[in-house]
Amino acid sequence: MHIVVCVKQVPDTKVIKVNPKTNTLDRSSAPAILNPYDAHAVEEAVRLKEQHGGKVTVLSMGPPQAVKAIKKCVEIGADEGVLISDRAFAGADTLATSYALTKAIEKIQKKEPISLVLCGKHAIDGDTGQVGPGIARRMEIPPITNVIKIENVDNKESKVEIRRKIENGYEIIQSQTPCLLTVEKEINEVAYSPMPNMIKAARYEPTVWTVADLDDVDKQQLGMKGSPTIVGKMWPPAKSEGAKLIEGDAKSQVKELVSAVLEKRELFAQKGGK
Amino acid sequence: MNIEEYKGVWVFIEQIEGEVVGVSLELLGAGRALADKLGVDLCGVLLGHNVKDLSPQLFEYGADKVYVIDDPIVEQYRSETYMKAVGDLVRKYKPEIFLYGATANGKDLASAVATEVMTGLTADTTMLDIDLEKRLFEASRPAFGGNIMATILCKKHRPQMATVRSKVMKMLDPEPGRTGEVIEETISLKEEDLRTKVLEIVRDASKKVNLAEAEIIVAAGKGVKDAAGFKLVTDLADVLNATVGASRDVVEAGLIGHEYQVGQTGETVTPKLYFAIGISGAVQHVVGMSNSETIIAINKDPDAQIFNAAHYGVVGDLFEIVPMLTEEFRTALKEVGGVKTNA
Ligand SMILES: Cc1cc2nc3c(=O)[nH]c(=O)nc-3n(C[C@H](O)[C@H](O)[C@H](O)COP(=O)(O)OP(=O)(O)OC[C@H]3O[C@@H](n4cnc5c(N)ncnc54)[C@H](O)[C@@H]3O)c2cc1C
Ligand SMILES: Cc1cc2nc3c(=O)[nH]c(=O)nc-3n(C[C@H](O)[C@H](O)[C@H](O)COP(=O)(O)OP(=O)(O)OC[C@H]3O[C@@H](n4cnc5c(N)ncnc54)[C@H](O)[C@@H]3O)c2cc1C
Repeated sequence: MHIVVCVKQVPDTKVIKVNPKTNTLDRSSAPAILNPYDAHAVEEAVRLKEQHGGKVTVLSMGPPQAVKAIKKCVEIGADEGVLISDRAFAGADTLATSYALTKAIEKIQKKEPISLVLCGKHAIDGDTGQVGPGIARRMEIPPITNVIKIENVDNKESKVEIRRKIENGYEIIQSQTPCLLTVEKEINEVAYSPMPNMIKAARYEPTVWTVADLDDVDKQQLGMKGSPTIVGKMWPPAKSEGAKLIEGDAKSQVKELVSAVLEKRELFAQKGGK
Repeated sequence: MNIEEYKGVWVFIEQIEGEVVGVSLELLGAGRALADKLGVDLCGVLLGHNVKDLSPQLFEYGADKVYVIDDPIVEQYRSETYMKAVGDLVRKYKPEIFLYGATANGKDLASAVATEVMTGLTADTTMLDIDLEKRLFEASRPAFGGNIMATILCKKHRPQMATVRSKVMKMLDPEPGRTGEVIEETISLKEEDLRTKVLEIVRDASKKVNLAEAEIIVAAGKGVKDAAGFKLVTDLADVLNATVGASRDVVEAGLIGHEYQVGQTGETVTPKLYFAIGISGAVQHVVGMSNSETIIAINKDPDAQIFNAAHYGVVGDLFEIVPMLTEEFRTALKEVGGVKTNA
């Protein structure tokens, strides 16, 4: 089975800083990493390949330096990688992102049919989780989000069973393939990369496509032009005033805290009341 | 696209086994305010099987109209069927704003519908407003792991769509007897043409409360050290009839399952009361709980980040404070008659 995994290079949001003057993100303050969810998606694809045979192709849209994210995927065990990179893609919202990625998948698919497309549950920067279902809709294949397990892969019947996380539990969905899955972190643990993969990745040069390399592209649907949403104002989240510190020895701290909590009357049955 | 043709505020009504989920009622509250500002109707969109009886409740919570598709084929949520049905409704009735709860199904549906009807979708919003002069919907959301808030606009496409987090918007007090118009619609799909089937739904009844819906959460951080320290926290939770939460480090230490993790890669929670015990307050944790109504932090380090997010702070040793707190609550709650059972 041929599996395509969409992967995004993202700034590590743990260390990113906000420029207090401009209220914009100082991207140079954070190293670029492979979106953590996408690492799980690649790991899952590699495991499926090991069980059922086939091939794993990763696809990313981003600036030229995003080849690093692709190399990381090769370390995890991906066979090939494609980066689509062009100024025309810049400023894309999720609708334009799913369009560009779909066009690239169509080209990959022409060479080799695809059984599964995997995405991360969301990217830690844009954090919308909208790109995966968008690609599925465009490819006219079923999207299944929040996947925690892939089982009973039946290549002959083109069927697969998927555990999808929902509030308070999970559901088991049977889907025809090809379908698109977005994965949660629980799906697997990303294993340490074996040495041969590291060596392969170090030497690996991903394929890079520009808009001109893709077929039947409507340029109006790309990048900023093709994006219905725009980011307006940005501001750092309101910092609270800071906590009211409850002073004194442990005993008096506890007493004061309890009485402060009991002020929240709606939480507690009031004697004599309801 | 003639955007003038698009009128009305819509809310996707999610139901589970015939019960409307909380966030949908909250969105009727938020949607009511938007609709009143714009001078248009507030409409619910309800799909399921044998769900018509739910409409009166939606009117009581603020809807003027409810579009209903009642058909066995949409009994359970499936991307394939819901996307088609909701997409058709949008094309037919042309709403200007469309809100969905940011639940697993709500996000899934909204993303697919946005592509289906080619419009913009703002994810996981926490603030909604209208620029009346421009008649433009302003949807704001945290991004970059909570490091920044951004207002997202959709100027030239309709409907303007957003998913909205649970417990951020307020539901209205229901107005008994308030009525509205039910509009029944049909769906043209046939089961044999579909490519997905829900084989089984497993709801974990052992989980006392869904973290995202909990009213009181007592959360443990790495400061508890080990199982014995963790037990102090669960004891406090028991007395308060609260749900236990945890930082990632506590989950990684194996003290509790990942489903209890609060934060960027765990749950986003908005309880009335959140206890952060031995939690340092890393940004990835804080984004998941900063919208809680009252946050109480207990930490021995007076400079811990968590005190910036908290409303009340106790600087002290949790091994000393927490057991005392549990006892004090036990006594005090006996006096007031306990925690409300729905809390
Ligand atoms: C502050 C801010 C807020 C934003 N809010 C919105 C918004 O509300 N709505 C909106 O439409 N856009 C929004 N955007 C734009 C959005 O971040 C970009 O469209 C981005 O290209 C994709 O969205 P995402 O990061 O949310 O990805 P997600 O949809 O969260 O990503 C899910 C998965 O899709 C795949 N994927 C995503 N991007 C790529 C890529 N470039 N290459 C390969 N695979 C990929 C990966 O598998 C990833 O795990 C916002 C941008 C900023 C800066
Ligand atoms: C991509 C990414 C995603 C992440 N997602 C999440 C997430 O979803 N949720 C999450 O929680 N974290 C997440 N993290 C991890 C996060 O950055 C922090 O590492 C984590 O939250 C720290 O957990 P902690 O506060 O329990 O532990 P620590 O940072 O070790 O803090 C322990 C605290 O306990 C206090 N303490 C110690 N002993 C005592 C005592 N006896 N009495 C009182 N106080 C005491 C200390 O002063 C300290 O402040 C993520 C990180 C990354 C990179």
